[in-house]
Amino acid sequence: MERKLLFKNIDVPGIATYDVYRANGGYASAEKALKTMTPEAVVEEVKKSGLRGRGGAGFPTGMKWSFLARPEGVPRYLVCNADESEPGTFKDRYLMEHIPHLLIEGMLTSSYALGAKTSYIYVRGEFFYIIRILEKAIAEAYKNGWLGKNIQGTGFDHDIYVHPGAGAYICGEETALLESLEGKRGNPRIKPPFPAVKGLYDCPTVVNNVETIAAVVPIVNDGGEEYCKIGIGKSTGTKLISASGHIKKPGVYEIELGVPVEEFIYSDHFCGGMLTDRKLKAVVAGGSSVPILPADLILKTTNGEPRLMTYESLADGGFATGTMLGSGGFIVMDTSASVVYNLYTFTRFYHHESCGQCSPCREGTAWMEKILHKILDGHGTMTDIDLLWDIQRKIEGNTICPLGDAAAWPVASAIRHFRPEFEEFISKQAKQEVNHNNQHQPLAVTS
Amino acid sequence: MAKVTIDGIEIEVPDGTTILQAARMIGPSVAPPAMCFYTKLKTSGGYCRTCLVEVTKGSDKDPRPMPKLVISCRTTVMDGMVVTNQLSPRVLDARAGIVEFLLLNHPLDCPICDQAGECHLQDLSYENGNYTTRTDFERRTFEKIDIGDFIQLHMTRCILCYRCVKVAEQITDGRVHGVLNRGDLSEISTYIKEAIDNDFSGNMIDVCPVGALTDKTFRFKSRVWFTKPVDAHRDCDKCSGKVVLWYKGEEVLRVTGRKDEWGEVDEFICNTCRFEKKHTADWSIEGVRNISRHSVISANKYKNLVKPNEFHLNDIKAITE
Repeated sequence: MERKLLFKNIDVPGIATYDVYRANGGYASAEKALKTMTPEAVVEEVKKSGLRGRGGAGFPTGMKWSFLARPEGVPRYLVCNADESEPGTFKDRYLMEHIPHLLIEGMLTSSYALGAKTSYIYVRGEFFYIIRILEKAIAEAYKNGWLGKNIQGTGFDHDIYVHPGAGAYICGEETALLESLEGKRGNPRIKPPFPAVKGLYDCPTVVNNVETIAAVVPIVNDGGEEYCKIGIGKSTGTKLISASGHIKKPGVYEIELGVPVEEFIYSDHFCGGMLTDRKLKAVVAGGSSVPILPADLILKTTNGEPRLMTYESLADGGFATGTMLGSGGFIVMDTSASVVYNLYTFTRFYHHESCGQCSPCREGTAWMEKILHKILDGHGTMTDIDLLWDIQRKIEGNTICPLGDAAAWPVASAIRHFRPEFEEFISKQAKQEVNHNNQHQPLAVTS
Repeated sequence: MAKVTIDGIEIEVPDGTTILQAARMIGPSVAPPAMCFYTKLKTSGGYCRTCLVEVTKGSDKDPRPMPKLVISCRTTVMDGMVVTNQLSPRVLDARAGIVEFLLLNHPLDCPICDQAGECHLQDLSYENGNYTTRTDFERRTFEKIDIGDFIQLHMTRCILCYRCVKVAEQITDGRVHGVLNRGDLSEISTYIKEAIDNDFSGNMIDVCPVGALTDKTFRFKSRVWFTKPVDAHRDCDKCSGKVVLWYKGEEVLRVTGRKDEWGEVDEFICNTCRFEKKHTADWSIEGVRNISRHSVISANKYKNLVKPNEFHLNDIKAITE
């Protein structure tokens, strides 16, 4: 089922400008919240909506907001995490590029709920053109009295600043993001204290994903209960999915949570089926860091029920047979893709992006990359597979921030579900090595 | 006050104490090793992950176990908390993994390293590591960097514990060195080869757990176990002046701060005391320093040898009954 809340007006020409956005019902939520609701009532609506964080972890947003410490005389901040760098995820970029005022409206409404007088949008450094779009939209909002002092005569003051990152994946981790925003080296902080108590400049801070903040707009407009009706169980509302890979129609789709995975891949509303006649082999369902699942497990759970696009259904079976919704980076692979090559790419990425603060991640990600590189080069042995398994086991859960886990999970799942492919790859390479008298021959990738 | 049980031993500690400090109060048999935590440096700890412990009961109020292993150096105790360290196979397995990670790029050339004998990484790997290596990749190496007249920085041996950065930040004015780059390419360096020049920079040598930062006035003059540590003090206008002199024969080879049994100095000392006062006449001698019987530094020095408890036949009988 296609259900558009965030992208309702995305096809309206000129929606990126203030006038068109306002004419299509824009800033209604901010008007409603600022003029008719108390901040507590807004938080209550978000709680009722059951909205969960769209950045990957899926933590209930209302609960996160209610954890925010509110000491007297200390400013509070809202920080929007627009450092979207997860391979396979590109929904926030799409949203900010096409409908920037939605994010600004969401920031304003959320800041009102949290009592934040200043908020920041931390944009990934590579998105330079997005920064220009946002700056332009913010200028328009100032001009029309939606930002600045005494907004629309309600007495609420608010300022939004856009801060470009410098191209580090780790700065998508909320505490590293805050360090970077403060002008320091982007190293994750050791928790506790959590940002809700001591965040930006040691003040209580809420860090939310772009999509989460944008989702506040329809929640305030239609009411939390109305939003809660969309979706299944604890996965309420709509979710932006960035679909890529061997499919007919890659792109960003807004889906109602609860769409079956099979429908999402094969329906003409969404991905439109596989790109060629080749069959589905594997899917990375939520961005590079979530476990990869083979075709039979991604379409059906071990109980034989169809797998749905919800937080719970995708996680069904734990990591043994399940995965995660994550940030919604849906990467589809057909039988021409090699899991070994794919894993090498992912591992190289995590090695490159590790901040180097804690030892398991710093050394472990580099080690895994070297081993996979060795396997691809034709020097791998069967014991390397076990070694990879052991390294990922020792990284997972032992690091300061979730980057260690994110680096370990793809390795674990690839070996768990595709071990025969690794074994075949290694033995084939070894044979070639003998046949061609050590001449380096690139391998044709088949499955 | 909070009651905490570590490896089956109960102790009552003030609120706000970390698990590591509570374990150290009980004694070395249950204290987790720490490579980056340093009691006297604020915000230190949490980077090396060797002090991971398992919390099997969160507290009296909330008895759920913690799902992940926690870093004992930065986790404060709760009343009724139950912690397992040496008795938990999960902890020992994880710690062996950490040691392997730390040694992955660390040169295994202890015989030619100046820190050998007083190196924390050496102790850690003997106590918790494996005896074999599973990697045959080339190790990361760096050129030696000149960071001043007294200190030698050799990044090849560094395990990035951040202690020297915290020293520069907290006890000297104006930090000129820090961590450059990221991931396994991170390195401690001064930006554009600036020299570290201030009165307390020498303490970086004392806090370095490995041989990455060494004393240029002492390098390769002697192995530490051939020198004799002697407590001494002098009237210094910059620091407390309480130091340890390391003698070889009549000669003072080096001066360091006084380290306790966890390898942490009692008081930071200034560079004048450390590098410039190397004559017995500069100091008032207090006496021979106590060194743990298990340390290699105490080898061939028979002082303070504790006689083992004598067992009589009857005692042994009592145990078997």
